[in-house]
Amino acid sequence: MNMAVKIGRLKLKNPVMAASGTWGTDYLELSDAGKLGAVVLKTVTLESRTGNRSPRVCETASGMLNSIGLENKGIDDLIENKLPRLNGIRTCIIASIAGDDKREFKELAVRLSACKRVDAIEINLSCPNIKYGVNEGLIAHNEKAVYTTVKAVREATKLTLITKLSPNVTDIKVFACAAEAAGTDAIALTNTFIGMAVDINTGRPMLGNITGGLSGPAIKPMSLRAVWEATKAVDIPIIGIGGIMDYKDAIEFMLCGASAIQVGTANFVNPNSTVEIVEGIEAYLKRKNIGGIGKLIGAIKLG
Amino acid sequence: MKQLNAKILSNEKVGTAFYKMRLASSYLAKLAKPGQFVEIRCSKGTAPLLRRPLGVHRVSSLGIEVLYEVVGKGTEIISNKRAGEDLDIIGPLGNGFDLELGSDVNILVAGGIGVAPLMALAEGLSVKKSRKIHVLIGARVKSHVMCEGEFKALGCAVKVTTDDGSRGYKGLVTELLKKLLATHKVKTYLPDFRGITVYACGPNAMLKSVAAIAMEHGIPCQASFEERMACGVGVCLGCPVKVKSPEGYKMVCKDGPVFDAGEILW
Ligand SMILES: Cc1cc2nc3c(=O)[nH]c(=O)nc-3n(C[C@H](O)[C@H](O)[C@H](O)COP(=O)(O)OP(=O)(O)OC[C@H]3O[C@@H](n4cnc5c(N)ncnc54)[C@H](O)[C@@H]3O)c2cc1C
Ligand SMILES: Cc1cc2nc3c(=O)[nH]c(=O)nc-3n(C[C@H](O)[C@H](O)[C@H](O)COP(=O)(O)O)c2cc1C
Ligand code: FES
Repeated sequence: MNMAVKIGRLKLKNPVMAASGTWGTDYLELSDAGKLGAVVLKTVTLESRTGNRSPRVCETASGMLNSIGLENKGIDDLIENKLPRLNGIRTCIIASIAGDDKREFKELAVRLSACKRVDAIEINLSCPNIKYGVNEGLIAHNEKAVYTTVKAVREATKLTLITKLSPNVTDIKVFACAAEAAGTDAIALTNTFIGMAVDINTGRPMLGNITGGLSGPAIKPMSLRAVWEATKAVDIPIIGIGGIMDYKDAIEFMLCGASAIQVGTANFVNPNSTVEIVEGIEAYLKRKNIGGIGKLIGAIKLG
Repeated sequence: MKQLNAKILSNEKVGTAFYKMRLASSYLAKLAKPGQFVEIRCSKGTAPLLRRPLGVHRVSSLGIEVLYEVVGKGTEIISNKRAGEDLDIIGPLGNGFDLELGSDVNILVAGGIGVAPLMALAEGLSVKKSRKIHVLIGARVKSHVMCEGEFKALGCAVKVTTDDGSRGYKGLVTELLKKLLATHKVKTYLPDFRGITVYACGPNAMLKSVAAIAMEHGIPCQASFEERMACGVGVCLGCPVKVKSPEGYKMVCKDGPVFDAGEILW
């Protein structure tokens, strides 16, 4: 069965990836990442960040809120300590980057482009927990900022570029078009939806940061709709993300036009879910007599 | 660590609010250490979605035991599981207590359900007969006092406090700790005395005051923390505890759940 997909110049052996912030080498003991199309690393920034106060996670109806706050040890640690540990894994490695302005994004892209182990870069414009500058909100919520940031990264690297967008916008098409015009090779949709929850016994917010990003099965219909809108607006590949728990969810995204998918929260529930999704898609294609993964992408039947 | 299906050997109510579950797993029997925990999948569906962490209460030749309180949907579902069913668990997780501190006197301080992992610890420590083990149990009411008999059977000296005085002393378990340390202090001047160690598990406020008392007396203290968790293995960075070192936070699931009190930014 042909399961390979292409994202820009990057060829993935199958369309299933682990999403940023939800996969780490600790999972190698529980699941074989070598069976995946790619893994996306936790978003990295130039300097280390300590992240938000506790509590950082809380369960909601068929989902979870998180306010990690982009905790990471910085780009030097990634290059010196984390990348070497990924050497034995036979899958593509996608680095995820975030910064406060385009200069920072550019520097990160330049440094990662020099790393052999990095196969592609995902630009995280959409982590809802960090404020970029006092009055600007998130880069992901301003189409001009999206355009200039992606363009700066594009000029800094020849690696395949994926732009990950925030769903917390009025019209996702505008942002997808801005990223495409700036030269991204693909678009990843969606990051988490901003939400909150309150403990009625204490009267306090469930998260130390008050608000956080909602993920898991609860967001799937909304993420799916965002992917559907975006596929109609741009010609580049879309990577579907949001609440994918099993191969059926993955296939829904692909029928709506996603060329590949990423799995986030499901890793916490079942660390082997990504591998099971690869096997599930393959079995589905056989069962349905579909000749290859390509025939599934955008094959939704309308009318 | 492994993800495995462990058969439930028994799952019974003890007292008014707690349950004890025995799980068969030769893997966990071999590897689980006092202070470690497992992540349990409560439901095959999406509610509850995330696994729930429970500490290793006891390690036996067949597997492990957990002792838990029903506080919400997840623990309620676990309490309804029957002997013979399989449970999807990941473990053993985290780092356990350090049993090799080698102190002559070991004081175990339990607040509420925090007594659960201290049973495994007492069993581990009691292997060496020369060790004196004190257990101080703090509970809300009489029916919440757990494991008193089991600790005594191991040869531990047990004292109990309850919030309402319905069993043992009335008041805070930390008051018992202060009294006990006052009586033991004199011995620390003896030339061959190899020290006191305090081990604690319970609510954060209790841990904080136990740590302060231990530090005041200049004795080592190991505290087992609880924090809400998503992955349980160190991937999501969802379970931070503030530490004094420059990194700012450590993760309860991977770096803990047991920490040296001196490491924590209380
Ligand atoms: C390392 C570790 C070991 C633990 N060992 C035990 C044990 O041996 N026995 C036991 O009874 N409990 C233990 N707990 C606590 C147990 O995990 C929670 O009580 C359980 O997850 C609550 O799930 P629920 O769905 O029943 O409640 P929910 O509806 O999720 O929550 C009910 C209440 O419990 C709190 N809570 C939820 N998750 C956690 C959590 N991970 N830690 C602390 N509080 C939480 C919530 O804030 C809320 O106030 C441990 C927790 C950790 C982190
Ligand atoms: C705990 C946690 C941490 C995350 N960290 C990041 C991150 O660092 N960078 C990023 O681009 N997305 C991050 N995400 C978002 C996920 O990659 C994904 O877009 C989102 O969770 C939706 O997918 P899901 O429903 O499958 O989890 C994080 C999500 C969670 C739950
Ligand atoms: S629960 Fe994910 S890092 Fe601790």
